Amino acid sequence: MLRTHSSSLAMSVSSSQGLTSIRASSNMVEVFVDGKPVMVESGTTVLQACEKVGVQIPRFCYHDRLSVAGNCRMCLVEIEKAPKPVAACAMPVMKGWNILTNSEKTRKAREGVMEFLLSNHPLDCPICDQGGECDLQDQSMMFGADRSRFTEGKRAVEDKNIGPLIKTIMTRCIHCTRCVRFASEVAGVEDLGTTGRGNSMQIGTYVEKMFMSELSGNVIDLCPVGALTSKPYAFTARPWETRKTESIDVLDAVGSNIVVSTRGGEVMRILPRLNEDVNEEWISDKTRFAYDGLKRQRLTQPMVKDASGQLVATTWEDVLTRVAGALQGVQGSEVGAVAGGMVDAEALVALKDLLNRLDSDTLCTEEIFPMAGAGTDLRSNYLLNSRITGIEECDFLLLVGTNPRYEAPLFNSRIRKSWLHNELQVAMVGHKVDLSYSYKHLGETTQVLQEIAAGTHPFCKVLVQAKKPVVVLGSSTLQREDGAAIFKAVSTIAQNSRVSSGVEDGWKVLNVLHRVASQVAALDLGYKPGVNAIQKNPPKVLFLLGADAGCITRADLPKDSFIIYQGHHGDVGAVMADVILPGAAYTEKNGTYVNTEGRAQQTRVAVTAPGMAREDWKVLRAISELAGVTLPYDTLAEVRRRLEEVSPNLVRYDDVEEANYFKQAHELSKAVNQSLLAAPLVPPQLTVKDFYMTDPISRASQTMAKCVKAVTEGAAAVDEPSVC
Amino acid sequence: IFYPALIKTHIFHRDTPANNPETPFEFTPEHMKRVDAIINNYPEGHKAAATIPVLDLAQRQHGWLPISAMNKVAEILGIAQMRVYEVATFYTMFLREPVGKYHVQICTTTPCMLCDSDSILEAIQNKLGIKVGETTADKLFTLTEVECLGACVNAPMVQINDNYYEDLKPSDIEQIIDELKADRVPPPGPRSGRFSCEPAGGLTSLTEPPPGPGFGVRPDL
Repeated sequence: MLRTHSSSLAMSVSSSQGLTSIRASSNMVEVFVDGKPVMVESGTTVLQACEKVGVQIPRFCYHDRLSVAGNCRMCLVEIEKAPKPVAACAMPVMKGWNILTNSEKTRKAREGVMEFLLSNHPLDCPICDQGGECDLQDQSMMFGADRSRFTEGKRAVEDKNIGPLIKTIMTRCIHCTRCVRFASEVAGVEDLGTTGRGNSMQIGTYVEKMFMSELSGNVIDLCPVGALTSKPYAFTARPWETRKTESIDVLDAVGSNIVVSTRGGEVMRILPRLNEDVNEEWISDKTRFAYDGLKRQRLTQPMVKDASGQLVATTWEDVLTRVAGALQGVQGSEVGAVAGGMVDAEALVALKDLLNRLDSDTLCTEEIFPMAGAGTDLRSNYLLNSRITGIEECDFLLLVGTNPRYEAPLFNSRIRKSWLHNELQVAMVGHKVDLSYSYKHLGETTQVLQEIAAGTHPFCKVLVQAKKPVVVLGSSTLQREDGAAIFKAVSTIAQNSRVSSGVEDGWKVLNVLHRVASQVAALDLGYKPGVNAIQKNPPKVLFLLGADAGCITRADLPKDSFIIYQGHHGDVGAVMADVILPGAAYTEKNGTYVNTEGRAQQTRVAVTAPGMAREDWKVLRAISELAGVTLPYDTLAEVRRRLEEVSPNLVRYDDVEEANYFKQAHELSKAVNQSLLAAPLVPPQLTVKDFYMTDPISRASQTMAKCVKAVTEGAAAVDEPSVC
Repeated sequence: IFYPALIKTHIFHRDTPANNPETPFEFTPEHMKRVDAIINNYPEGHKAAATIPVLDLAQRQHGWLPISAMNKVAEILGIAQMRVYEVATFYTMFLREPVGKYHVQICTTTPCMLCDSDSILEAIQNKLGIKVGETTADKLFTLTEVECLGACVNAPMVQINDNYYEDLKPSDIEQIIDELKADRVPPPGPRSGRFSCEPAGGLTSLTEPPPGPGFGVRPDL
């Protein structure tokens, strides 16, 4: 019933904003806002009609991405000749109405509602984290009365423990129910609710339960008052003293748009930025809370392994000379490089240029991609071609060997949005996981995949009826030895369903969902996916650029090999290195990252890198000069010009280049002669405890460690300071 | 919370040995048939509409609603557990704490108070030895003060489980309690001799048979 009820409301809510291709019955209706005429589609609410003219009506419970509740009553406006004020967020407009947003009655209504809201609200502003960005503060200044007549006692509510991320002070709650609606609609965990009634109503989980969702941190942004705030950020900063830098998140491949709030050269918190095409207004918990890992385990000094095998700090001149010396002595396949998951495109192209000048093309990524068939030559083979917004238009989705809930939470929330509002059917081949929406589980063996590709599986009957099918293949399945065969099978399924659906040429069916932020850029720049080339010809000098997955270890290399590690955290890669070059993390450099859709986005410098660390491409440029193979760029603009030279889409920021040649790619993949292994398709991240620590930054984060502990041992097991 | 305490109206559940998700609760086969009949009343896809009647049935079967019963109802109706908790905490008649075999609910609002419900309350408290909100040690009686039960003509009165005992004097209520202790349910209704809510001193209206047709009509019609 949630689906049927909210689908009609959501249609009217989003249709006027033109968000999706929802078919609204556009009869335009003329209404007047304070005398100004405006044409709106029938079914839009008074609040949306006013927004169209530019008049913002105050509200607490209304949110344009959630269903309409209408319980705060702050949006009451007077309609001319109507006896009572109406709730603007819920009332659809009628022809000829004159909405008076600043009349005597409207103002009196707002003052009255504000008085009621403040009557039970504690006087916590000085100790409340929301101060400075509090909707209640702002709206009471703008719309509330300037004097109080409250002489009674206020009610108090006990705080709930819903996890190590969200601090709850429920006395401040004004019962707008935004968190309840978010939890049940967007996050898919129906754990929050309104228990009791009247004065003793409480928002909570009723039983002692953690709000265990990968999107749980978003209620902190939603809550208009300080009832739900960020526990790691508690009591650390006020919003007016922070500097905001727009940037991109690189902890997964979605490339969520974020705002990095800093103060005094330290990252205070990370907030989401609106981007309708990628992450809407949400970010996952890892993105939001792993920033404290940026301050721990950092490589701040260049280091060299001395005679006894210990890494000692040294100067830049020392390490650069050593590295240049090592590089001068090698040629061709004697030098190789492995790039990790959080490297920006500038560093990748600098490293490639450097090694190419040494006659070597052994540049590998840690993530494998099957090179048989079309491999990475055709871009359409390795991108999320349908784009994240394409999920909203498709009517059938097949997931293969992926758990998008923890691999790309924002992608999963888009699937859920489509499932909820557009009746999307989802089926999955792979290990059964909880995706926060219901789907048809077809099995987890490769046998199932083969049968669907051959058309013999009973499910094919449903597949052929899809009008706009989408198939998403998880990159974790491509890491297997039979990755090429899996890709061939999925490509066949995609091609077959395209043909049977009769969909137009512009519609893309085959998609690959990556798990690391730098993979697409690396493949665009011509890196070899997977460390096969290095394993076949172990080089004498190995350059690890942020490579922390441990794909190549000392054991794979000749005895006297020289390993150079350039990165920002002391993780797996730094431990085995002979020389360490400290680089910058994503908040400390201007880097280009391409997300799994192929959208190039750039991070910006929010804080300077700690200690002696420098931006990665600059380090490589310095090495190249000392090694005698100077790279031809000195400034960021020149590096980006080089990027454009290699692959123009890398500098067309925030835009997705369409990739094509699906039929040709499919023809090439048909020639692949590999058989599928019997092993089941199991993605590496199965439950929420696998979600929190997946890369060097989140592994260094104490907040993420607390989350893992809370998820495995219960919320009460986490040590919290008593002041919280 | 302003209104006088009923049975603990806490809006938060804490697991206790007697009340936790493992507390055994299953609908009996006949009750399960009733559950199906109730669900059949509502259209396809709107099973959640049956939350209130099915919860009531669970309470009638078990005496009160342990958290496991609410979870079972959620499972049967295919809705999230939280939605059932929301409904169960909204209504005060859903008892989320154990009650005795006989739930003695005494009305103490204005009409009953004017007819001296205080003496009835005192009589019960003295007889059972418990205060409002408490249960007797033998788990037979629970005493609560409730809002108006709609039997104002027959004030003062109590409701015990589903029966109203009206027009009470302190001796009446003591007699009722004695009978309940002896495991006999006394007949419900007024204790003063009248049948239901007719005027105590005899009828003041409708004392004659109704006038036949033609009453008050002009003679020539």
